[in-house]
Amino acid sequence: MKANIWYGREELRVENVPDPKILNPRDAIVRITSTAICGSDLHIYDGYIPGMLPGDILGHEFMGEVVEVGSEVMNLKVGDRVVNPFPISCGACFFCQQSLFSLCENSNPNAWLAEKLWGHSPAGLFGYSHLLGGYAGGQAQYARIPFADVGPIKVPEDLSDEQVLFLSDVFPTGYMAAEQCNIRPGDTVAVWGCGPVGLFAIKSARLLGAERVIAIDRFPARLRKASQWAEAETLNYEQVDVAEALEVMTGGRGPDACIDAVGMEGHAHGAFGTYDRLKQALMLDTDRPTALRQAITSCRNGGTVSIPGVYGGFLDKIPFGAVVNRALTVRSGQTHVQRYLKPLLELIQKGSIDPSFITTHRLRLEDAPRGYRMFRDKQDSCIKVVLKPWADVPTVDADKVEETGRILH
Amino acid sequence: MATDLTQQGLGRSRQQHSGFTGMEPGAPPERHAKRGALARRGPAESLERGLGWFSIGLGAAAVAAPRLVCWLSGTRSPTVMRLVGARELAAGIGILTQRDRTPWMWSRVVGDTFDLAALSVAFTRGSRRGRAGVALAAVAGVAALDVLAAVRLTGSTTGRHLPGVSGQTDVYLERSVTIGKSPEECYRFWRSFENLPRFMQSLESVRHLDERRSHWVARGPMATRLEWTSEITADRPGEEIAWRTLDDSGAAHAGSVRFEAAPAGRGTIVRVSLHYSPLGGSLGTGLVRLLGHDPQSSIREDLRRFKQVMEAGEIPTTRGQPTGRRSVLGRLTQQWGLAS
Repeated sequence: MKANIWYGREELRVENVPDPKILNPRDAIVRITSTAICGSDLHIYDGYIPGMLPGDILGHEFMGEVVEVGSEVMNLKVGDRVVNPFPISCGACFFCQQSLFSLCENSNPNAWLAEKLWGHSPAGLFGYSHLLGGYAGGQAQYARIPFADVGPIKVPEDLSDEQVLFLSDVFPTGYMAAEQCNIRPGDTVAVWGCGPVGLFAIKSARLLGAERVIAIDRFPARLRKASQWAEAETLNYEQVDVAEALEVMTGGRGPDACIDAVGMEGHAHGAFGTYDRLKQALMLDTDRPTALRQAITSCRNGGTVSIPGVYGGFLDKIPFGAVVNRALTVRSGQTHVQRYLKPLLELIQKGSIDPSFITTHRLRLEDAPRGYRMFRDKQDSCIKVVLKPWADVPTVDADKVEETGRILH
Repeated sequence: MATDLTQQGLGRSRQQHSGFTGMEPGAPPERHAKRGALARRGPAESLERGLGWFSIGLGAAAVAAPRLVCWLSGTRSPTVMRLVGARELAAGIGILTQRDRTPWMWSRVVGDTFDLAALSVAFTRGSRRGRAGVALAAVAGVAALDVLAAVRLTGSTTGRHLPGVSGQTDVYLERSVTIGKSPEECYRFWRSFENLPRFMQSLESVRHLDERRSHWVARGPMATRLEWTSEITADRPGEEIAWRTLDDSGAAHAGSVRFEAAPAGRGTIVRVSLHYSPLGGSLGTGLVRLLGHDPQSSIREDLRRFKQVMEAGEIPTTRGQPTGRRSVLGRLTQQWGLAS
């Protein structure tokens, strides 16, 4: 099969590898019909995720058709159309029993490695470093799904791939970020980053009853999407001072909840931005927590800071004094996707939300390396790239990225 | 039970080395730890630590003020002096912080040889022969102490901090895991010893011989095999299984596994303790080799797999999944370091 393989920083190749096989009784194999590039894949692309080995297959947002099931998988059969959640969860342990699926104790074969870095190990994830299990990812034509009787959800035929594909990660991730804010009537929620997770957080905050949502980014196309999709008010941090603007917009009190949908590769101007870049470049630092710092300082007293953005290691210059003295609640976590699959699928079926709204580019799997570059550099206003592993469309001139981007429209 | 064990099997065969007495698997480790701490503060220990601090002092001086140290020792090159300083710092830190000080102590001996050679050149050809001579004598003196300490460390086993050694010679290990099943279920699975190779990585097979005795076969590193016979010393259904080895196979140990109900119906806390002497006859008995470099984590990984088998019904794996082309290093890392 063809798969998108990581060989190093900014070095991806789509190559032929053997097809996956059933390795455990609770496995299933799916033939992937759609798979997406996630913002968190860009952290791998840029070389900031530890524990990658050259040769790893990337990708954790995918869906497809079941082609084989292990002897213990009773709820799926060959031919089922499923969307697969990115955390791998056994469904039986202490955490799975409490619906904290991304903390599954039984799915990371390299748990000891994660324990060395983080103290304890979370669940294994698809295509997201050996620290999180070293599982082959889903930017490929086929994937093996462990604990397939717990993860994948069957989806009805009348919904298109792109309407349901984002159930695998970004929709539940944005939703959980908003849910963690405990939104009450009258609340204002500020969201840093209007990539896919940020957009879903904005839309979800609306669905959960936020009075106002303020979207913060620097790319006009992304801000436009936020205001079109969820009537968000927007702040371009290249044009205004975010802290000051939020202060003014919220009557001097600050937003009731702040969502950091940016993560470890935050972008900032000025002294702090340069400081972070320098430290990260010198490998003195693992993360650039620009957005998190702002979210903490801006949040109102007693408010909630919700962090769906990915951070990897040890963060520098976090104003923790503000957290303590102003009684902030900080909530985070990899998304417990399995918990949200059914309710969010229902929202899609009811027509409350159409996730396909965020897709900007559809490419063949072969074009994955180009897709990563476009997405990372925001070329052609790229917000979300969906890859089609079985599409058979002739390649367009390599430097005409914009046109390949639309080739499957 | 403790006295019983001392008179038979493991205890008897090790007496001459360790005065090995307490063999009760459930006993708390303080006793051994205390004895170990006392033993480690002997005169040999003081010499090693002294040399470690000496290394750091000299290293710091050579790195911070290489010209001054050059002048004092009658040598020429501040660059070389800086490197010497860095080497001294590394050796000092190694001696003071590492579990096994032996290689670091030998690194000092190697360094001394270099220094003596360099100073001899300065003494025979240099312009500041007087100072070089004094330095040469001083280094020679320290070198003698280094050789003494290094040889003593290598020859003896007491100063060597073996992994997991809490006392001087006997090892007491305990690890636990919480499993979302009842104590009875966990006990039942474990008590059928044939099940153990499913989650204990180095075990090949276990066969029941009779009610109390069983025969164990394990794989060591480099295709070695280790076999022993164990006897159950305590068997309380749903609570505890304790055992000890009968023959002197190099895997002599005593152990127990206890199953305690976790509070508020949170399943079972499974506690494994192992008690053995790593110093029987030659350094590194069979069991030490089996448990590998870090025995605590070998037990931890086995317990993790026990939990996975009990809760998930299978052990997660990536072995056999497709990958792109791995480098040699990548293949080795994956095979030995990572995926199970």
